[in-house]
Amino acid sequence: MDMDLITNILFAAVRTGTPLLLVAIGELICERAGVLNLGQEGMMLMGAVLGFIAALTTGSIVTGFVVAALAGVLMSLLFGFLALTLSTNQYATGLALAIFGGGLSAFIGQPFVGKPVDGLHAIVIPYLSDIPLIGKALFAQDGMVYLSFILVPALAWMLKNSRPGLIIRAAGESPDSLHALGHRVMMVRYLAVMFGGAMAGLAGGYLSLAYTPMWNEGMTAGRGWIALALVVFAGWQLGRLMLGAYLFGLASILHLVFQGLGFDISPSLLAMMPYVATILVLVVLSRSRDNPALQAPAAIGKPWRPVH
Amino acid sequence: MTPLLEVRHITKEYPGCRANDRVNLCIDMGEIHALLGENGAGKSTLMKIIYGVVQPDEGELLWRGMPVNIKGPAHARQLGIGMVFQHFSLFDTLSVLENILLSLPAHEARDRLRVLRQLDDMGKRYGMHLDPHRPVSTLSTGERQRVELIRALLNEPQLLILDEPTSVLTPQECEGLFASLRKLAADGCSILFISHKLQEVKDLCQRATILRGGCVVDELDPRETDIDTMAARMVGSGTATHATTRPGVQGEAAISVHHLTLPGFSSHEVGVRDVSFTAYKGEILGIAGVAGNGQACMLRALSGEQLSQSDDVRIGARGIGRLNPAQRRKLGMAVVPEDRLGRGAVPDMTLVENALLTAADQGLVKKGVIQHGALRDWTSQLCKLFKVKTAGIDAQARSLSGGNLQKFIIGREVLQQPAVLVASHPTWGVDIGSAVAIREALLTLRDQGCAVIILSEDLDELFEISDRMTALCHGQLAPIKARQDTSVEEVGRWMGGDFSDTPPAAESSAIAAATAAHSDLPQENRHAQA
Amino acid sequence: MLRLERQPQDSRLMAWCSPLLAIALTLAAGALLFAVLGHKPLESLYEFFLGGVKDIYSVGELGVKVTPILLCAVGLVLCYRANVWNIGAEGQFIAGALCAGMAALAGLDIDTPWYAVVIMLAGMLGGMIWAGIAAWLKTHFACNEILTTIMLNYVAYNLLQYGVHGPLKDPQGFNFPESAMFNDNHLLPVILEGTRLHGGILIAAVAVIAVVLLLRYTHLGFKITVLGRDASAATFAGFGSKQLTWIVLLACGGLAGLAGAGEVDGPIGQLTPYISSGYGYAAIIVVFLGRQQPVGAVLASILLGLTYLGGETSQIKLGLPVSLTELFQGMLLFFLLACDLFIGYRLRWIPRVHPA
Repeated sequence: MDMDLITNILFAAVRTGTPLLLVAIGELICERAGVLNLGQEGMMLMGAVLGFIAALTTGSIVTGFVVAALAGVLMSLLFGFLALTLSTNQYATGLALAIFGGGLSAFIGQPFVGKPVDGLHAIVIPYLSDIPLIGKALFAQDGMVYLSFILVPALAWMLKNSRPGLIIRAAGESPDSLHALGHRVMMVRYLAVMFGGAMAGLAGGYLSLAYTPMWNEGMTAGRGWIALALVVFAGWQLGRLMLGAYLFGLASILHLVFQGLGFDISPSLLAMMPYVATILVLVVLSRSRDNPALQAPAAIGKPWRPVH
Repeated sequence: MTPLLEVRHITKEYPGCRANDRVNLCIDMGEIHALLGENGAGKSTLMKIIYGVVQPDEGELLWRGMPVNIKGPAHARQLGIGMVFQHFSLFDTLSVLENILLSLPAHEARDRLRVLRQLDDMGKRYGMHLDPHRPVSTLSTGERQRVELIRALLNEPQLLILDEPTSVLTPQECEGLFASLRKLAADGCSILFISHKLQEVKDLCQRATILRGGCVVDELDPRETDIDTMAARMVGSGTATHATTRPGVQGEAAISVHHLTLPGFSSHEVGVRDVSFTAYKGEILGIAGVAGNGQACMLRALSGEQLSQSDDVRIGARGIGRLNPAQRRKLGMAVVPEDRLGRGAVPDMTLVENALLTAADQGLVKKGVIQHGALRDWTSQLCKLFKVKTAGIDAQARSLSGGNLQKFIIGREVLQQPAVLVASHPTWGVDIGSAVAIREALLTLRDQGCAVIILSEDLDELFEISDRMTALCHGQLAPIKARQDTSVEEVGRWMGGDFSDTPPAAESSAIAAATAAHSDLPQENRHAQA
Repeated sequence: MLRLERQPQDSRLMAWCSPLLAIALTLAAGALLFAVLGHKPLESLYEFFLGGVKDIYSVGELGVKVTPILLCAVGLVLCYRANVWNIGAEGQFIAGALCAGMAALAGLDIDTPWYAVVIMLAGMLGGMIWAGIAAWLKTHFACNEILTTIMLNYVAYNLLQYGVHGPLKDPQGFNFPESAMFNDNHLLPVILEGTRLHGGILIAAVAVIAVVLLLRYTHLGFKITVLGRDASAATFAGFGSKQLTWIVLLACGGLAGLAGAGEVDGPIGQLTPYISSGYGYAAIIVVFLGRQQPVGAVLASILLGLTYLGGETSQIKLGLPVSLTELFQGMLLFFLLACDLFIGYRLRWIPRVHPA
């Protein structure tokens, strides 16, 4: 395998991992606040389709991404109203969101299937992008990739050191205690859910506006579910999340690797890889579950209501 | 002088119960005021109303003579009201400092160095030292309470509410707390002290308001009232407050534990270390201890919810350490866990279904098929024998009051005529009437030859019904002594982890050492003490 | 202001009214949707839900849709009762179809209609293996079953694609990604003349009755329910949660596998890339709608079967996309979850307290 191939594989791994990373960042924050939203797939698809339509009709990619994020937020508010205000079962509500988003996006997007859009362009940073092996992966990407580079450390710092971060962690740890201290648990959780929605929308938009770029029914292909596993893999830590997303990116582009190595394997079998990898990761994780730094937030997924 | 806080005609209704009924309460500056009442009298509701957690349906609050509508805890703290909850509102995975920052307003929390300095000052002034960077999960219960207390004090409250603060402390720790509180009151801070323990109210408080069934029934000076009078006011006349205690007749060994060492379920939970004891037929063995010292692990090891080496736990000569709870039940074991709803009973299931939970072997299931008729009869009989007040046997478990549900669970186990009964906190959070009935049932069961093991925090209860006593601390078992040979002070020291024997007479020290070494041999023990 | 209050007892009336209310709300939302799209709301709704059912053939078609949904749903009733969140009926369905297909292709020349039994058993085994993987991952490695079963759905789907594009492709099939047609003799018999309704619906009926009896009369059924309602109580009572997890997952996998086998060895008659229309996912909604009761699941699968027929009808008659089916299903689940809240809670008007 030559240097060029490795350079390109690293580039593609980061690029392929980015939509996973974006949606997983949102879900991680949401879970740290104690809310488990299984509807990532639905929010991503809605972001993808509405972002695509907006970009196509206005001709502006930026508008496309803004609309994608808003679409995700709207979907997340639907989830929030049920799972937070009405305190319904979060598993079932997330599932409903995934099914509903899948149906609604296919419905809305039908006339737009296969239409071309001018995708998001890469911003190549001079000199830095010429660094061997990693230069292209880190410095010849598009704006959304750079956004994720900034978001991960920024949010990690926020969670660890800032007051909002402390409140988010506390909401995921013991909403009752936080309520008793006079903080507004509902508002904290709503904001976390909405942030998760915005990130899922952006991730969907990334698929339809930058990665592919076009719209197709069910184009997320389970990335929303893989992101949920990624958050578990990351032990609810943002740094590990980034690493995990790129590893999954790598697993998704294995066909490139195999082509480079001269193997001939059925594309259907290779398409299985990210899903098999997810299962393997969950298995391996069960061995390291005792590390106290990587535990799930205590109140995750439990419906909570303030007592009056 | 205007009182600091005046509560007027406060009424609060919940579905099916009037928790507070036109309650009046008056707290003066710098006084330590007790709010007395048994479980379910409405103490918690009243204090939540004062702290703004709950809004009253009717009535008003006057703060320094001015009417206020306390919108929430933040508002209460702003006014100068602090609160220490019975179940701490702490965050386990966060550090002491982070826990404290969360309770401060944003502008004060910004300056972490100043907060650290305040913490240090506070520790020195009131004798409460804490490492601010330790995660709360590594603290003992007493230390956690200190975090709560400091958190409240940093707001410089004029009124501090303490909800049953001593229930999680050893008698020695209580003394420390009282010293801090007296100093605080001397500094001008009023204290509302919520309790149902009369002796400590007498020791600490200048005034007491007594609640019963949501109403104020009396206001008195506890220093000048004797305990029996206060108790009678609390529970109403005509209610027996004690089971008729009588000594048991000890028979042969029923269940024994041999050098049992097990880890807790999580890194936050204490396990048990090298625990050995034997419980005999016809006796009640009381195991005291502050919750969180290995009781949960011990109960699971006995019930079969946590497995051990086969011979670590034995019924007679048979090792049962590898058997699951259902298999142990077949050998005559019955268990009453500390959690009523969500372990001892399924909240959303009916009483009939909850009876089947552990009593399948009473001929209620044949060849895998449920005998619905027999099951309903058995449940009706159970409710009748143990006077379980319910809308019917098809009522959901969660619709029962704590006392009635506990009578149901105890009854379900007792009715199966077990050879060994293990009960954790059997009367916790239960009204006095039910508590007396439960203790009576346990004594009757013992008299029929059952070995009863009780894990409890409530020393009064243990001294009332146990035949022998010991304690758990940090997962280790203290020596076992006959009730009449020990004292509240000694058991209190055990609860605090001091197992050393300070015998009344010097010459018995050698025997005492031997006793400690063979704490699972009560015959020797009793002989030696005699 | 309005406030939600926990009721001391769950309302049994509401438990059964909630699905009806949810259906009504879904219809209302659907009417709104049609109106927004410029169709006549009531006519379109009628067309969507009932337009497809007008003769004996279309009743048979409804039965063809209901059969796989019901089989998957009955299995899922057991899983969800035990609080085992199996989202993998879809994958178990495909795995069953794949195994049944392999058995059918391996025995093309065997000349007895009884070979259908072998095909169905192979399908059941396939589904059980697929569910067994999830059970093993959950009991041995404590892997979250939601994630593992969903991943297994994608793996099964890709395995099917691999099969029909590769080793199972019909050598005489002009390179279409399809297997050879199965032996006509081996197909499940049609039980209603003039329709495609096949023997699979009888298997579903037996499954429904078996699960009713299991839940109503046996200790095993009781243990499954306790595990789902309150895991600590199940542990406390000594009901082995691992054992029960295996039982419900294997039962569900077996039933979903039968459903898949019934599809390929019935109406479809061969392996194609598109053998499921998301029946395994629809079954999840059926379980919620049917109150986790097998009898409720029967009624709910008929409703969901109608949404499948409706999707096809409205595509033909109104020119609307088939995804309308999923849209209606998602809305239904949303409304149901919201309505279910009022089983345990009630709304109460509470006047604000003002200080004097």
